[in-house]
Amino acid sequence: MKSRDFHYERPSSLAGAIQMLTQHGASAQVLAGGQSLVPALNLRLAAPEILVDIQDCAELRGLQDMGSSIRIGALTTHAQIQSSALVAQHIPLLAEAVPYVAHVAIRNRGTIGGSLALADPAAEYPAVALALNATLVVRGQNGERKISAEGFFKGLYSTDLQPGEILVAVEFPKATGADRSGFYELARRRGDYAMVGLAAQVVLAAGKITSARLAYFAVADRPVLAASAAARLVGAPVGDAAAVAAAVEALATDLDPMPDLQAETQTKAYLAGVVLRRVIQQLGASS
Amino acid sequence: MKPQTVSLRLTVNGDPVEAEVSPSMHLVDFLRERLDLTGSHLGCEHGVCGACSVMVDNTLVRGCLMLACQAQDKEVRTIEGISDSGDLKELQQAFLQHNALQCGFCTPGMLLTALDLVRNHPDASREEIRDYISGNYCRCTGYQAIVNAVESVLTARKNGATGGAAPATSAMS
Repeated sequence: MKSRDFHYERPSSLAGAIQMLTQHGASAQVLAGGQSLVPALNLRLAAPEILVDIQDCAELRGLQDMGSSIRIGALTTHAQIQSSALVAQHIPLLAEAVPYVAHVAIRNRGTIGGSLALADPAAEYPAVALALNATLVVRGQNGERKISAEGFFKGLYSTDLQPGEILVAVEFPKATGADRSGFYELARRRGDYAMVGLAAQVVLAAGKITSARLAYFAVADRPVLAASAAARLVGAPVGDAAAVAAAVEALATDLDPMPDLQAETQTKAYLAGVVLRRVIQQLGASS
Repeated sequence: MKPQTVSLRLTVNGDPVEAEVSPSMHLVDFLRERLDLTGSHLGCEHGVCGACSVMVDNTLVRGCLMLACQAQDKEVRTIEGISDSGDLKELQQAFLQHNALQCGFCTPGMLLTALDLVRNHPDASREEIRDYISGNYCRCTGYQAIVNAVESVLTARKNGATGGAAPATSAMS
């Protein structure tokens, strides 16, 4: 199908973009890399009157070392994240997740800001942001706000972004020597939407897990922390068979997967355990 | 609101192009319908099949997921231009030899993705070749022949590079 007609604006600065969004309200939509929005337009699932193309907003580009965190500009593409030495060194979980994001041609144009702002429940970055409790930086006419990942994702394609606000960057805390991360997803075809996926971050001390965050995606209307399963892992060495079995069992209290086009509830519930076991193997291999 | 047109200026296969386009026209429709470059195929129109792959500023993109107006001032290369340049010669030969196509609908996109792989990942394993072309659907071959063809080009290049008996290849842009 073809998109409906719309009006196209291409502001040359972030201030200009915010002004346009404020002026046009709900009739306007931000166009970043377009790798989710353009298909939605083509399928007529989205029909904004005005598209505000932010590609010329230089403030939204680039990766920066902030000391204890890495700040990634919203327009940074998946391909740029994949080839970034800063990401590989300081945000290993994000580096592990990127190869799962769509396919090479899409990674060349899709952006991290676009993915986070869209909040697709089957997308990788929202889960990574939740696992690491990243900070999302948004700007509107009244200035800048910082929102933790835990507070940002509100539901199906729904975030804490207010009308007129743009996601400008995301800040990930740097991994420390005690952190271990693992990422895995099951999809019908490599690069397609996940049936179930998991972004995990654990902290180790003296060979034992002292805290764990298990962020599942493609199981609910937003990424979900499996808190009971994570609690079963704490206190045990990575890969401890009894702890892993208890964690897999506890997933039943954490998750009640929503069925979607990819898989039924029961399938997802089972695969959540499969994915957890595989991620724990990765954690074991890296510790 | 009165339908808007955007004045578009870009380079396509080395030639400067100027046109007035509707903002909603995506790049592959612009190439096919306005410039008659019908080698880029329109399959699913939502980014799943890869038949519309083109190069923009030397990176592989989906022609159906980019609006023509987003290509302002950019350099677009299609299967026609890249084929004429000779850059695809080895891959085209290999596809022919290995029967890596049947109906041919996916082939332009498959060749461009394979070219991108050959340029950027000369040491790719079979598994990595499969990963790389995972965004391109082929409904005829079952992929085996395509992977064989791409692998044969990588192997020939590696042998050429070490053995000094390389088949003539054109310069990479």
